[in-house]
Amino acid sequence: MTPHLVVIGASLGGLEALRVLFRELPSDFPAAIVIVQHRAMEESGELAMLLGEAGSLSVGFPLDKERILAGHVYIAPPNYHLLVEEDHFAFSLDAQENHARPSIDVLFESVADACGPSVTGIVLTGTGQDGARGLATIHRRGGLALVQSPREARAPQMPLAALEAVPDARQLTLEEIGQWLFQLRIAESFECGLRNADCGSF
Amino acid sequence: MIPQSAIRNLKPEIDNIEAIEVPLLVEAVYRRWGYDFRDYAPASLKRRIRRAVASEELPSVSALQERVLRDEACLQRFLDQVTVSVTSMFRDPGFYRVFRQLAVPLLKKRRSLRIWHAGCAGGEEVYSMAILLHEEGLLDRARFYATDLNPAALDAAREGIYPLETMKEYTVNYQATAGKGAFSEYYQAGHGHVVMRADLSKNIVWAQHNLVTDASFNEFHLILCRNVMIYFNASLQERVHRLLYDSLAKDGLLVLGRQESLQLTPHESCYQALDSRERIYQRIG
Repeated sequence: MTPHLVVIGASLGGLEALRVLFRELPSDFPAAIVIVQHRAMEESGELAMLLGEAGSLSVGFPLDKERILAGHVYIAPPNYHLLVEEDHFAFSLDAQENHARPSIDVLFESVADACGPSVTGIVLTGTGQDGARGLATIHRRGGLALVQSPREARAPQMPLAALEAVPDARQLTLEEIGQWLFQLRIAESFECGLRNADCGSF
Repeated sequence: MIPQSAIRNLKPEIDNIEAIEVPLLVEAVYRRWGYDFRDYAPASLKRRIRRAVASEELPSVSALQERVLRDEACLQRFLDQVTVSVTSMFRDPGFYRVFRQLAVPLLKKRRSLRIWHAGCAGGEEVYSMAILLHEEGLLDRARFYATDLNPAALDAAREGIYPLETMKEYTVNYQATAGKGAFSEYYQAGHGHVVMRADLSKNIVWAQHNLVTDASFNEFHLILCRNVMIYFNASLQERVHRLLYDSLAKDGLLVLGRQESLQLTPHESCYQALDSRERIYQRIG
């Protein structure tokens, strides 16, 4: 069975934000986390390393057709679009979207298609508007939409664009997003977690 | 910030209708024209089909099906949307660096070389390998088969004309491969474009070949198939791995893309990794 997916998109300032988020995550985290972080290519290994230090979860680049497992953090490798289909990862070398490859929209839209409501989409700090359309698709297919508070974000453009595309999305600080993720573990099953999580009127 | 019209404001039913339309379109293309996308990986195929629908300015996948059944020019545009990857010369410079170190010494032992670049798209990576082989003194003894299913992509690759503005990135890539010359030696610059040097392609045979429907056509000492099978589903990958294996000489080399691994295929035990990170494998069984 495919675990609940938490998909995160970040751009400028994302690395620091992700470190804050991951510091507290337990190794028995019951969902899979997939991250698109726009970045210069040579920084990609560094991202995996920093996240590895920051949390206790297994972190890495997925392979084509690799099965998605709970308790793992998957990072989109440089210079590919990362997609999800059914219970595994897929890749493409299609043109950049929103000046980015990997693009957050490409991941988010594929996840919304593949997993419908068992998805949480999170848009963090960044310039540009990648992730906004994808978050809208996740929301439309019944998933949860969370956006880092633009006031807190180092680069507010991406959160603002996401909020404009998904007015119902919940604005949270990094600390609140972290707490929300932590609650996934406390909940007996993930579905319960969604209902009990104090996220207001989704 | 984003105009509301830019956000696809579709109802969920539309998504469900697309899930019906996409396989019908793919079946129609196969029956009418013989191009078989039925075992392509669904997520990227769906994106590409949506892009084709948008670029034809049509309202739906069904409307595209109607047009592509009757209009051969539309088929060619469809192939361009659905099959062409956006790559660059010396993509993944680390691969070319490692290839020089580990694969070139093995290739130098052979008096003649047959190389197959399967799924060569616009030819960028073919010229990259031709440049590397030239610098290593191997190009003259190599016969290089560059194949793709898309005839228009092959025509473009054969011409070897690329936008001038891409050369800056390619030069940086080339330098990172431990290139032995100056990248600018390998092309002539024109107005807004460059033409690759003719002698690079004198031993290259550009030919149409579809990995999905065509058989093995020779035995090769090196097969490059990077980031082609990412577009296939697992069962088609298995079939194509069989085809590549059948086309590879004993001790021949197989190169896959960075995120592709033999680990998840039934042919894993037939190869040993020369470099597992750069996905350079040698056939041992």
